[in-house]
Parts: sequence; structure tokens; C-alpha cells
Amino acid sequence: MISQLSWKIGGQQGEGLESTDRIFSTALNRLGYHLYGYRHFSSRIKGGHTNNKIRISTQPIRAISDNLDILVAFDQETIDLNHKELRNGGVVIADAKFDPKLPEGFPAKLYAVPFTAIAEELGTSLMKNMVAVGASTALLDLPVDIIKKVVEEEFGRKGQAVVDKNNAAIQKGFEYLLDISGGPSEEFKLEPGDGTTRLFIIGNEAIGLGAVAAGCRLMSAYPITPASEIMEYLIKKLPKLGGTVVQTEDEIAAVTMAIGANYGGVRTLTASAGPGLSLMMEAIGLSGMTETPVVIVDTMRGGPSTGLPTKQEQSDVNAAIYGTHGEIPKIVLFPSTIEECFYDSVEAFNLADQYQCPVILLTDLQLSLGKQTSEPLDFSRVTIDRGALALEVEPQPENQLFKRYAFSESGVSTRVFPGTKNGIFHSTGVEHDEQGRPSEATTNRKKMMDKRMRKMESVKVTNPIVAISKYDDADILFVGMGSTGGTIEEARKQFEADGLKTNQVMVRLIHPFPGAEVAAQLDKAKKVIVVENNATGQLADLITLHAGGREKIKRMLKYDGNPFLPNELYNDCKELI
Amino acid sequence: MATFKDFRNNIKPNWCPGCGDFSVQAAIQRACANVGYEPEQVAVVSGIGCSGRISGYINAYGFHSIHGRSLPVAQGLKLANRELAVIASGGDGDGFAIGMGHTVHAIRRNIDVTYIVMDNQIYGLTKGQTSPRSASGFKTKSTPTGSIETTLSPLEMALAAGATFVAQSFSTDLKQLTAVIEAGMNHKGFSLINVFSPCVTFNKVNTYEWFKERVVSTDSFDGYDASNKMMAMQKVLETDGMITGIVYQNKEKPSYEQQLPGFQEIGLAKQNITLTKDQFDKLVAEFN
Repeated sequence: MISQLSWKIGGQQGEGLESTDRIFSTALNRLGYHLYGYRHFSSRIKGGHTNNKIRISTQPIRAISDNLDILVAFDQETIDLNHKELRNGGVVIADAKFDPKLPEGFPAKLYAVPFTAIAEELGTSLMKNMVAVGASTALLDLPVDIIKKVVEEEFGRKGQAVVDKNNAAIQKGFEYLLDISGGPSEEFKLEPGDGTTRLFIIGNEAIGLGAVAAGCRLMSAYPITPASEIMEYLIKKLPKLGGTVVQTEDEIAAVTMAIGANYGGVRTLTASAGPGLSLMMEAIGLSGMTETPVVIVDTMRGGPSTGLPTKQEQSDVNAAIYGTHGEIPKIVLFPSTIEECFYDSVEAFNLADQYQCPVILLTDLQLSLGKQTSEPLDFSRVTIDRGALALEVEPQPENQLFKRYAFSESGVSTRVFPGTKNGIFHSTGVEHDEQGRPSEATTNRKKMMDKRMRKMESVKVTNPIVAISKYDDADILFVGMGSTGGTIEEARKQFEADGLKTNQVMVRLIHPFPGAEVAAQLDKAKKVIVVENNATGQLADLITLHAGGREKIKRMLKYDGNPFLPNELYNDCKELI
Repeated sequence: MATFKDFRNNIKPNWCPGCGDFSVQAAIQRACANVGYEPEQVAVVSGIGCSGRISGYINAYGFHSIHGRSLPVAQGLKLANRELAVIASGGDGDGFAIGMGHTVHAIRRNIDVTYIVMDNQIYGLTKGQTSPRSASGFKTKSTPTGSIETTLSPLEMALAAGATFVAQSFSTDLKQLTAVIEAGMNHKGFSLINVFSPCVTFNKVNTYEWFKERVVSTDSFDGYDASNKMMAMQKVLETDGMITGIVYQNKEKPSYEQQLPGFQEIGLAKQNITLTKDQFDKLVAEFN
């Protein structure tokens, strides 16, 4: 019996791999396994090799694995491109239709199952995916009934006949594999899951759910990979709560519409990826200058320019921090787990209202799209804090507007929403006085600039860093952000097995950077490895700038479009130290 | 009930003496009072340029945004609180050059915002460069030998984009200007009002006299039917775009807000945003 394995299904884009993967993994979730998925896809709709990889474990996991146990192939290309990933003794289950071949002497088993033929016999070749699911289920010796129940949920709306046909395909695939393999083998038999069904969710959905819980009722956005799932989730939910999603003409409209709606008093979100963030830069300054809250999600993908639109990268960190001309208060968060995607989405809205400034919530493609099981989300942790807000206002002195930008110790001034009696004020991207009226007076300029920037001094985030800090004299401190957390953890455990003492820090508050907190962690380690998916070491730069440690920091950078893998990271770090 | 004086504030506009924008300011103030709004029920969102300053010159909620972006800000505000009267405003450079993408799509989207373009056919605040509205051959600092681009016809553009309310006026005709703004504010949907608002400093061609000689009111056409799009387009072409008054209005087409499923009359900003545990649990259960 084994406690974890990796399964991959590959074929041509548009062949229905997504639904196959969904049915198989939903069933695994029902059985109580921890799951972590990875989508390899290209910027095209039909055609081209695509694959979905899923890691199945009886223990919590937050990374894909370096190798593969089972490869399900719908074409020879899938085998050619992926067989090297298979571990010694791994299995290929392939459609007999294309006469699948493994290279001579390759140490893996090949089971040719007539996916297409069985499906056609049952009515349509479309069901070849279900035959593959059945065969996989047999190999892992999983109860086939659970799969059939998921099929019923998935296809129930299409009628019992469709459900029955799909389940027949699953049964045939199941039986066929048992037949040719001579029954389940211990090698692939998974220890039973704990029976707890977890949330099985992608980061973008967790962010969307967080937004709904935080009271976000409008979203304006322009479609882009890998952010679109956020708007697709919210368009299903917000109309039921009185709100809506507007698909705008571009990202400039998306962010300025969000600013207008936030000014109007509704928590409003926009989400994009790097190219959209670049277009939003001027408006981000407007939010900062007019002290209008706005939450912007940037799901990072490979840059620059169009870059690698469907691949992993973490290279917008500097753009998120520094993007926009002039100087404004701004907060940048970067969750590193699926659960944090949810909680940080809620917190982003609170911070935006509390500090009346733009909040950028960063994710990366793997965190945004990698489907994984999540621990329960604690609703009691969801609080809504609208910050300094007046719903009623006393009459103003003659010829005076409401002092929306009143100088205050914290820099935060009380907000009113348009429509409030006696609350009329002016709002402008031009430098202005306490009532919002344009002013070029030098003393006012300095005071107003100081007031806005002062807000950053008091930014309070519950956990600016997430530290696993067991040692005061660690040999290595690993620092990362975003989806690299789980991979770092596995690599770190290998170092621990080698007898090294390791600590780990995931930086959650990217800006204003928690320099003191990170410095305290640097002090507890002899060497520091900063792990990030970009070419220049943007996080490492931030650390040296705000926390020091230049002499002991090494940069572990990967920018080929793929996420770090645990063994690979371990081996590369070994070379680095 | 508020009068137009209640929509005045004590801020002195930084426009040149004689600027057409003064009349637009007065007409907006009158129209707001005529429709029956109180100052706090009105929000004026503007872009950048001389005309963009108008949001600070009216006693109402004012949001002076960035160049070309008054429309998305205004639409966001309207969706946030549909009980507000939202006016967007700016110049021809703001709306027809840098912001043209938003103008076309705001027209298509048909959110209930009244958009007033102060059209002086030149860039004033940057001291005299060509605009999409400048005539061919028009000499400016950026077109020293005369503009070689085609002049944009905002009315044709709006009709083609599916506008439900298109009007044009001239800033000296305060009565007509007030009337079309009032009609635009009463219109349920997006209204585009292009106003000839001469720049007395940088445009020595399209002067008050120049416009006076050329504008033609819809009142002068026998049997003009503003609900007839074909007729509207024909008259726009016949008058070389100098037609004034309500050029076209489609009262049948519902606004964006009216078509949104689940969108309520009460402003979204006023609604309860807290989920119940039960609602949350149901949302979570979808991921099991």
C-alpha cells in the first residue's frame, strides 16, 4: 500500500480532459484524500498537447511531485512528451486505438485499453474519457461506486440515459483493466483516505468566495488568463446578492469603474494579470490620491509583455509595489496557500477601507489555477471593517465642504458616501486641501502628502509573514512567497532528513514590507535561500533593502514557466549552498 | 426644494473669461434643480482638461478623475448607487480621443449616466493642439500645416454605436442647453449630449460667430421625429453635424440596470453586505 501517488491525464486540448480530471478527483476528494493539481495548457482552445496532473495523498500536500506514477494517454504525443516523468515501474494506460508504444527498454508498464472502441460501442467516442476513469479506478483499487455517484451529479441534468451510458463506460474500463493487469497490485493500492470531504477548489475561486464573504458586491473586469475564473465565479454569485459583474472594454475601464463604485460605497473588485495591471497603473495613482479604496487581484503569469500567458511566474512583485507615477500609499498582499487566498481576499477589502488606498492581492498562476483540497474555511474569522466612515454628517459651515481629507494623526480621514446629506466634498487626482479642492499651496502640499503616506506607518496585518521557525540557529532559512510554499516545505524536509536545521518564511505582506519581522528570522539562520519564480530575485531584493542580510542571501530563481518541484528544488539548493 | 442657486458653490472657475464652459456649468445647475434633485443626490464625474474642472464648480458630489476615464468612474458610481443622479463630463479630447473606447462602450452599455461633452474642437489646457473634432486643415501647434485627419462626427458615432439618447446644443443657448440636459437626466439610460463650447483663447476659427451662423435646431425641421433613427441620421448628415436639440431618443430600450437580474431599486451601497452562516455554508458546500 502507498500513501501518495501522482496521476496525469494527457491529450489534445479540447478533448474533455478537464471533466475527466474533475470526475476522478471529485471522487477522490469524497474518499478523503488530499489532492493537489497542476494544469499544463497552452494559449489556444483546441488542439495542442495538454495535460492535468494530480497528486493524491493521505497527508496534506501543497506541491506537485517531480515524478509520475500513472500516465493516462489519449495519444502517442502524450506518451512521448511525458513518459520520462514516470518513475521506475510506473504505468501508462493508453487508448489501444493509436497502438501506443513506450521506448524500447523503458522501465514502465503499458496497458493498452480500447478507450475509443469501448466508448463507441456504448454510443459515442466522447465517453472514452470515462473508460479511462474506470481503468484508473481499477488500477488504484478504488470503489467504483463513488465514481459513478459523481457521474450522476455531473450528468444528472442531462438525463438518466446519459448517466447510465457514462457509468457503463466507467464499468467497462474498470473491468478491462482488471482483466489485462490480472487484478489490483499492491504497488498502486492507496491507503484509504480519511473519509473527510474537503473543499476542492482553485485559488481564484477561493478569492472569489472571500470577496463574497467580505461584502464585495460589484466586480468590473476584462477577461485574461489566469484571472478570468474570479469573474466567472462572481457572475454566478453576485446577482443573487443584489450585485453584478461588468465585463468592461479594457482593464483601464475595469479599474476606474471599480474606483467609481468604491467611491459610491460598494466594495468592488477588479482582477487581472500582468498586462492588465500595467494598464491600470495611472488609475492606481488616482485611488491613492483620492483615497478611494480599491482591491485589485493580479494573478501573475509569465511576463514581460504577453510573455508566457499560461505559465507560472512571480515577476509582477515590483510592478505591484512601485507601479504608478508619483508616490502613494498602497498595500500588497500575497497569500501562499489556498486557505490564505480566501482569508487574504477578505482582509484585502478591510485594509482597502481602513487605509483608503489601493490594495493589490497577488497570486501566481499555480496558486490561482491549481485545484487542491483545502482545510475548512472558518466563517467566524470573516469580519467586515469599513474603516472610518460617517453615515450621517452635521451641517457644514457656510461655503465649506465636508472635510473628507481632514488632517489626522493616523493620516486616515473619515469617508462619506455620495448621497449623504451635508457630506458634499470634492474628490480629485489633483493635489487638494482638506475639502478636496484643488490646491497648489506648498504648505498644504507637504501636509497632504505626509498625511497620505503616514497611513502606511500604521498598516496592521495579522500575519505579515508566515514562519515555520523551529530553530534559533538554523543552517538554512528558506524564504518564499505564493505557491512555492508547499514545494519549499518538501525540499526543506529532505534537508532535515540530511541532518540540517531549517526554517521557512513565507512573506504574506509584500508592501509595506515587514522588514523587522523578516530581519528577526534572518538573524536565526546561517544561510538564507530566497526561492522565487522570476529572473532577477525581486523578493530577495526587497529583503536586502528592508531587512538586510545581503552577505548570507542566495537566490534560487526559476523562470522557465514551470513551478518549482520538490526534488528539483532540494537538489538545486544543495548545489547552491 | 432646491433651486439652481443651491447647486452653486463659491469656487471661482479657472476658465478664461468668455469660455463656453460657463454656460454648461449654469445649465447643469438649472437642469438639476428643474428635475427636482437636492445637491447631495447629484454626482458630477469629470475627466481632465479645462472642462474637467467642472466637477468642482457645482455644489454636488464631485469626482475629478483622470484623463479620458470619467465614464467608467461614473458608470461604477451609478451601479454602486442607482439612486444618485450621475453626470459625467469632459472635453472632446477627453471623450473622443483618449477616452473614445469608453464612450463607445458606455453608449452600448446604456447605464443611466448623463454624459456632457464640452466640445471646443481643440486642446485648450495644453495650449492649443488638434483634437479629433478639429476640422481638416485646421492649423494648431501640433498640426502646423493643417490637420490631415478626418473630423469625428460624435452624433453619427453615437447613433451607430446604438445610443438611446443623443443631443447637441450650443453654449450660448442656455434655454435649449438646459432643456436637453434635463431631458438627458430624465432619460432612463445613457445620454450623450455634445455641447459646442467655444475656446476663446486657442480656437480662432470655431468662434461663437462661426457656430451662430451654422447651428440648426431640430425645431426648425417640420415634423422632426426624434424617435426615428433614420431621420436623425439623415438630419445629422444634412446639417453636417450642426444640428442641435434632442437628435434621437429611444424610450423603449431598458437601461443596463433595468436588465440586470436581481438588481434592486435601492442603491447597492445601502444594502446589507453581511452573509449569514447559512449562506456561507451553502457557498462552501458547492466545492465539496
